[in-house]
Amino acid sequence: MDVGLVQMQRRLADYANALFKEGILDSQYLQLQELQDESNPDFVVEVVSLFFTDSEKLLNDLSRDLAQPNVDFKRVDAHVHQLKGSSSSIGAERVKNACIVFRNFCQEKNIPGCLRCLQQIKQEFLLVKSKLETLFKLEQQVVAAGGSIPTVQQPSL
Amino acid sequence: MASPSMRWIDDGCNVDGGNPGLTREKLFVLVVADDALVRKVHEKLVSKLKVAKQVQTQTAANRKEALDLHLSGSSFDIILMDMQMPIMDGPEATKELRAMGVESMIVGVTSVDATADKEAIVEAGLDECLAKPLTAEKIKYLVETLERNK
Repeated sequence: MDVGLVQMQRRLADYANALFKEGILDSQYLQLQELQDESNPDFVVEVVSLFFTDSEKLLNDLSRDLAQPNVDFKRVDAHVHQLKGSSSSIGAERVKNACIVFRNFCQEKNIPGCLRCLQQIKQEFLLVKSKLETLFKLEQQVVAAGGSIPTVQQPSL
Repeated sequence: MASPSMRWIDDGCNVDGGNPGLTREKLFVLVVADDALVRKVHEKLVSKLKVAKQVQTQTAANRKEALDLHLSGSSFDIILMDMQMPIMDGPEATKELRAMGVESMIVGVTSVDATADKEAIVEAGLDECLAKPLTAEKIKYLVETLERNK
């Protein structure tokens, strides 16, 4: 038994479980993992990379939209709606929840509220990005050592 | 299959366990969504489902692409229409497809809190509405509905 590999797999499993426990990821991420197979072994990384690229653009768009002298709240809302959809699709629960709050402020046309929410979303996005990048690195290490990635069970709350 | 009554499916409440033995010969599905991430995930979700001996998927990024596919002669069993596309593309695309005589099952995919979309959805002529995120169970339910209505 390769003790080093077992320890790596254990570390990976603990790290992944913590992401669910902390509400950073939800069950939708597990659905993504289930879609990955031998015919598309990098599916999750590809989808998450799309999420990173799209989100960064949307966050830049939102910063610009909210800096306008006359804020177009319909446009802002459309961007937040899109970000909510994509974060929901990959299981980025905290980003999704922050988007929901943001949309409420949009409906109220509350600029300070929107700006606060934008900051919150940026923080949550950077957090989930950092966590997922670490998760992928840990997975790569396990695979490189000849191991398989342990199945994550979403912890019951 | 332009049914006059539209059903709203959220979080799997109306979805039962399904018939595991049900297998069609072929299933053709069109995924219409402007977001590349959504297209990729939904297409993969559908293509992995063992609901037919042959499952073929195609994607369209907007209303024009969806219409062009039909004008070029393509037809589908199920069209998954993202309702969050800009300029209310989803409902408009559905209306235009129905006006062309498309009888596929057209399913709106939207967020569960998009109550404003519901009216547009009914008016546009959709058969079903699914709340995001899309899951295997929700899509299996659609295929079962297709089979029942054959």
